[in-house]
Amino acid sequence: MSPLDLDPRIPEGPIDEKWHSWLDTHRLVGPRRRHDYKVIVVGTGLAGSSAASTLAGQGYTVEAFCFQDSPRRAHSIAAQGGINATKDYANEGDSVRRLFVDTVKGGDFRAREANVWRLAELSANIIDQAVAQGVPFNREYGGVLATRSFGGVLVERTFYCRGQTGQQLLLGAYSALQNQINEGRARMHSRHELLDLVLVDGVAKGIIARNLVTGELEAHAADAVVLATGGYCNAYFLSTNAMGSNVTAIWRAHKRGAAFANPCFTQIHPTCIPQSGEYQSKLTLMSESLRNDGRIWVPRKEGDDRPPAEIGEEERYYYLEERYPRFGNLVPRDVASRAAKLVCDEGLGIGQTGRGVFLDFRDAIAERGHEQIEQRYGNLFELYERITGESPWDVPMRIYPAPHYSMGGLWVDYQLQTTIPGLFAIGEANFSDHGANRLGASAMMQCLADGYFVVPHTVTHYLSGLDGHIDNSHPAFAETMTRVSQRLERLRSVGGTTSPTVFHRELGHVMLDRCGISRTRDGLEEAITKIQAIREEFWRDLRVDGDEGELNQTLEYAGRVADFLELSELMCRDAIERDESCGCHLREDHQTEDGEALRDDRRFAHTAIWEYTGKDSDPIRHTEQLEFEELELTQRSYK
Amino acid sequence: MNFTLEIWRQDGPEAEGHFDTCEVDDIDSEASFLEMLDVLNDRLIHDGKRAVAFDSDCREGICGTCSLTIDGVPHGPRQVTTCQLYMRDFTDGQTIRIEPFRSTAFPVVRDLVVDRSAFDRIQQAGGYISVGAGPKPEPNSQPIHPEIQQNAMDAAICIGCGACVSACPNGAAMLFTGAKVTHLNLLPQGQPERFHRVRSMVRQMDEEGFGGCTNHGECQAACPQEISIKVIGELNIEYRKAMIEKLRRRRGTQEAQ
Repeated sequence: MSPLDLDPRIPEGPIDEKWHSWLDTHRLVGPRRRHDYKVIVVGTGLAGSSAASTLAGQGYTVEAFCFQDSPRRAHSIAAQGGINATKDYANEGDSVRRLFVDTVKGGDFRAREANVWRLAELSANIIDQAVAQGVPFNREYGGVLATRSFGGVLVERTFYCRGQTGQQLLLGAYSALQNQINEGRARMHSRHELLDLVLVDGVAKGIIARNLVTGELEAHAADAVVLATGGYCNAYFLSTNAMGSNVTAIWRAHKRGAAFANPCFTQIHPTCIPQSGEYQSKLTLMSESLRNDGRIWVPRKEGDDRPPAEIGEEERYYYLEERYPRFGNLVPRDVASRAAKLVCDEGLGIGQTGRGVFLDFRDAIAERGHEQIEQRYGNLFELYERITGESPWDVPMRIYPAPHYSMGGLWVDYQLQTTIPGLFAIGEANFSDHGANRLGASAMMQCLADGYFVVPHTVTHYLSGLDGHIDNSHPAFAETMTRVSQRLERLRSVGGTTSPTVFHRELGHVMLDRCGISRTRDGLEEAITKIQAIREEFWRDLRVDGDEGELNQTLEYAGRVADFLELSELMCRDAIERDESCGCHLREDHQTEDGEALRDDRRFAHTAIWEYTGKDSDPIRHTEQLEFEELELTQRSYK
Repeated sequence: MNFTLEIWRQDGPEAEGHFDTCEVDDIDSEASFLEMLDVLNDRLIHDGKRAVAFDSDCREGICGTCSLTIDGVPHGPRQVTTCQLYMRDFTDGQTIRIEPFRSTAFPVVRDLVVDRSAFDRIQQAGGYISVGAGPKPEPNSQPIHPEIQQNAMDAAICIGCGACVSACPNGAAMLFTGAKVTHLNLLPQGQPERFHRVRSMVRQMDEEGFGGCTNHGECQAACPQEISIKVIGELNIEYRKAMIEKLRRRRGTQEAQ
């Protein structure tokens, strides 16, 4: 294998000119020639749909793939709260620089400055784009766009469509893609799952996908492949991700040579509904916009199980407000999650399991009135009541942190290209932009910036340098297909007695316990041993019912669990090697006296980049040094 | 809790289907309906039997993937998506009948899984505003009254699950189509393509084999997003306006579209 090319390709010049100067000088493809180039886009969430529709709109031939029955069902649809943009409509002095500073600082100085600046710059264009598509953002009385403050920032720069912003933005991108399908420039392959990448001389030239309805394997050739396949928090089994969200596409790409960056950076979201039993299949997020008006507390006395209404003001421990007077309940997600874990570890947690805290709207309702709270959170209250059977109008919500988002992902350069030429990764599937912790309302911003405004240009630049096309008669396709088919056969022929769910749940227990909100070297080492044991048991006792040549959900799921079982080990390794705390990654041996993450910038101001070296050898850890030219590295403080 | 399930089993689109009866015991009342099916499937797999195929994804009521008919009602008894239904909503020892959404336009793929790609094709026919990515006007240069935005949003929240079609005695997709047309046609951005949109979407709806609305109101009663049947009224109004516009254009009295 050739040595990894880890040049981030950051353009020269001042930070606010880098993207413009790149745009001014990148290579173009003439409009008449574009039709001859084919681009595969895998995944149709915010990033995938926006990229596919934009590339098709430019004139390229686009083939889009998703495992769901329709592109509109991608998990972006579940994003609730909002999307950040530096419009400064609230006249607070917001600017590109401020969003940039908040994002780099929020990510605890583990993101690439140049990428974050570009993201902040593009943020305003996204709102313009979405409005033009008919996304019904909330409006003020005068008809102008409404904004609110969200998740650990001091300005109101978050745009929203009630509590369903992700749904509306996705439907906007989906409708743009449907438009291109109607124009004949894009073709959609729903219910198709990528099972491997096809490389020709080390360059990405296509994919092998399984038609999930017929079970048939299909070889699709292209000039470039864009992965927009989302995050991998389902490694924890219980997470806020959809049931189908999986790591398979990026993991297979990793095994074919795409380096994986910061796998241990996974965000545990502070406001989710606590787990109620062992049968549970997923956790539900309650938008963190609720923290704008809700107050978080636990009883001061251990084991105080009186109804919350009977617990007096002085007996309530508003731990975020007390510990972080400036930000209070609006501290960033990692800080809020860790604080919840700490109070529960101290025995102050509420509910049957003792893993929960109250999110209370009593004071907000008294202060702002029923109507205003209803307007802001009505549908979230309904959602909560539907799931728990309790009404937040009468009793405080119970919440607890849950795995939610993976900042880690495939390593990409400034052009969002992975270490495999011709393979791009966008949205949550890549590692860029969020560092060690993502701020609220930034995920949708990144997905759409990548999809509408970055990757269409960088893919163009890449395509213009190619000569000739390859079709799927090239022997690399048949070879890869044989390998995929053998793997499916291996999964089917284990012949054990246990469904993949059982292994997945076991893996989740280990990961949440050892590689979750806080981590220790010993715990992580033990986790690796346990993961290896579960993996061995998986390949000994798995049972997949049914055949390969038909709709077979157990087979699909087994393949995804097999990949999670491999990825999890890399997550733990990465967490061991990152011998510091930063953002979401809290190593118990590295914290300040107040229990805050203590970074080690001298040794770890870098991105960890993992290279796959084969089944039986250890992966190699490379690094990309992060240069901070605009910002001084400081200890984050939300006090 | 214990339940007797009568589940629709069908090996493929062309195969004959039938109900299979099975018992599920020891289910936690806090488990969701789909988690009950997960438990059933784990047990079936363990016993060497074929798991029941059913679709689900987000399991929080927003992706619209659920497609079960429970005791004859699309999504089940509470007018929420099936993933938001909990076993505490049923009584211990109850017999529950589970089928896929029923509609000729939604053929069964296997067991409880249906093909709803007809909805995508209706959307492709005109459910969009034709704008590519690139510089756009400043949104606040075109204020939109909050009431219009709210009305557009009330329609735009459709999750495309298809319960409306399944509930309708005529198998009509007019709540779905009406919701999209209402959302886009209410907004100033949607005006230029307004008439073309409604004409093409309705044409596609008919081609897919969906029926027409005869005001039963079952769609609205089944819709987990509580989309009002008013959107069908809007669809009809828009369609008529579009037809009149077409006539006028033919007579040369109007230029636009």
